[in-house]
Amino acid sequence: MSAGRSYPLLILSLSGLTAVLFFLSLALGPAGTGFSESLAALFSRDGGAIALIMQEIRLPRALLGLMTGMTLGLSGAVLQGFLRNPLAEPGLIGVSSTASLGAVLAIYTGLSAAVPLGLPLAALAGALIAVLAVQALAGSGGMLTVILAGVAVSSFSSAMTSLALNLSPNPFAALEIMFWMLGSLTDRSMTHVYLAAPFMVAGWIMLFATSRSLDALTLGRDVAASMGVDLQRVRRLAIFGTAFSVGAATAVAGAIGFVGLVVPHLLRPLTGAMPSRLLPASALGGACVILAADILVRFVAPGRDLKLGVLTAIVGAPFFLFLVYKSRKDFL
Amino acid sequence: MSAHGPLKISGLSVALGGMPVVRDLSLSVAPGDFIGLIGPNGAGKSTLLRTLAGLITPDQGDVHLGGASLADLRAEDRARHIAYVPQEHDIAWPIAVEALVSLGRGPHRSGFALSSRDHEIVAAAMQRMDVEKFAKRPATALSGGEKARVLIARALAQDTPVLLADEPAAGLDPAHQITLMRVFRSLANEGRSVIVSMHDLGLAARWCSRLVLMDRGQIVVKGPPDHVLTAEWLRTVYGITAEIGSVDGKMLVQPLDLANR
Repeated sequence: MSAGRSYPLLILSLSGLTAVLFFLSLALGPAGTGFSESLAALFSRDGGAIALIMQEIRLPRALLGLMTGMTLGLSGAVLQGFLRNPLAEPGLIGVSSTASLGAVLAIYTGLSAAVPLGLPLAALAGALIAVLAVQALAGSGGMLTVILAGVAVSSFSSAMTSLALNLSPNPFAALEIMFWMLGSLTDRSMTHVYLAAPFMVAGWIMLFATSRSLDALTLGRDVAASMGVDLQRVRRLAIFGTAFSVGAATAVAGAIGFVGLVVPHLLRPLTGAMPSRLLPASALGGACVILAADILVRFVAPGRDLKLGVLTAIVGAPFFLFLVYKSRKDFL
Repeated sequence: MSAHGPLKISGLSVALGGMPVVRDLSLSVAPGDFIGLIGPNGAGKSTLLRTLAGLITPDQGDVHLGGASLADLRAEDRARHIAYVPQEHDIAWPIAVEALVSLGRGPHRSGFALSSRDHEIVAAAMQRMDVEKFAKRPATALSGGEKARVLIARALAQDTPVLLADEPAAGLDPAHQITLMRVFRSLANEGRSVIVSMHDLGLAARWCSRLVLMDRGQIVVKGPPDHVLTAEWLRTVYGITAEIGSVDGKMLVQPLDLANR
C-alpha cells in the first residue's frame, strides 16, 4: 500500500475533477450556449440574456453545488472519525432533520412567502436549536450518548414535520413541503450563496480543526486523551461545525442524503484510512458527487425537474449496498 | 526526553460510580524503576494506571512528577511526560502499522509533517517491538499479539519519561513476552519509570525491579520481588499456594493450587 506517495496525487486529481465538473455545471443547461461564450458572459457587464443566465442562475447553482458537496463530504468524514463508526453521517446528529423542520414550518406558516430568505433562515435556526439540544442532552457523556441524543432529536423533528404535512391547510403547501424536502439546487440565487457561505466557512474551519485529534481517536478515547487530546473540545468542534455547515447546506439546498455517508466510505481506502487525510479528500469527493449529480438531473429528465436529493439516494443506496456487500467481513 | 524527577503519588483516592476503587494510596516511583503492579481482579490496578495517565480525576490526593502536580499540567504537556497503553486493542480504522506508531509523535510535533528525528524515533520504537516487518500492513489485519506489540510501539514512540501499560504481556507468545520485559527493563535502565500491571507472577518476579501488590484499592506490600512474592502474601491476597524457588539467582514463582483458607 503506497498511500503515502499517492495521496498528493489523489488530492490533485480530485481537485482537478472538481474544477472540471464546476465548469461543466456552469456551461451545461437548457439555454444551449457555447462553452467559451458562457464563460465570457460570466464576467461580462452588458446585462444581456446569456450574461444574466450565467450570473444569476448558473453561477449560484454551481457555487452552491460545490459548497454543499464539500460540506456533506467533510462533515461525514469528521463524524465518522469522531464517532469511530463508518455508518455515521451528518443526519445522525439531527441537524438535517431539524433544518428541514425549520424550513417546513416556514412554508407551513407562510413565512417563506412573506419574508425574503425566510425559509433558509428558519432552517438555519432549526439546525442551531438541534445542535444545542444534542449538546445539552448528551452532557459530558461519551460518543454513544451523542448518537442517542441525535436520534432522539431527529425522530422528534421528523414527527413534527409529519404533523405539519398532516395539518397542512392546502394541498399546495403540502406539495411544496414535499418538493423542498427532496433537495434541489434549482432556482437558487446569489443571495442564497451569500447567506450560506459564512456559516459553511465557519463550519469548515471547525471541522478541519478536528483533523489531528481524529487521528489519535483511531486508537480509542483513552489513548487519545492520554496523548493530550481534549475530547470535549473535539466533540464541540465536530457537532457545531456540522450544525453550521450542514445546517446552511440544508437551508439552501434541502435534505440531500447518502453523500455524507458514502463519499468518506468510498475514499477511505485511497487515503490509507487516516482520518486527517480523509477530510480534504472527502470534501472534494463530496463536491464532485453533488456537482455531477446536479449536472445529471438536468439531462436525465429535462423539463421534469428531477430533484437532486432523489438522484443521490437512487444512485447512493444501491452503491452503498454494494460497498457493504464487498466489505461485509470487515464489519464483523 | 527531558530529565525528570520521581513520580510521587500521595493519598490518592478514586471512586467510580460511588464505589471506592483506589483508597488513600501513596507510592513513589524513581527514574530507573520498573514496577510490576500485581493483585487480584478488581484490586484497582487499572484504575490507578488510568488515574496516573490523567484519564480519571482523583477524588483526593495528588500525583507529582518531578515536583510539578499533574493536575496543573496541560493535557499536551502531560502527554509529553506520560505514555499509556490500555488493555484493549482498540483500532478503529485499517491504518498502516507505521502510521499508527507515528501517532505517538502527536504530542511532540507542532506542524503536520514528521521531522527526521520523529522518523528515527518511530523506526527505533518499531524495531524495539519487532514490528518493522508489518510496517505497511493495515493494523486491523494483524493478530491479537501483533496488535499488542504495535500499540506498545506507539507508546514507545511517544518517548516519555514515564510509561504506563495495563497488562501488556497478555496475549503475547513467551518469546515476545520476554522481549517485552527486556524492552521495559532497558527503558528503565535509560532512566525512565515504567509501571506495568500484570497477572503473570513468574514474569513479574523475574523481570521487575520492584513489585507493588494491591488488594481492594490499597497497597498490601511493596518492595523487591522476593520481599513481595512470599507464600504468606500469595495465600492471603490471591488465595493460592505456589512453588517459589530460584534459578541462576533470579526468582521463580509457579502458582500451584487454591489455598485452603
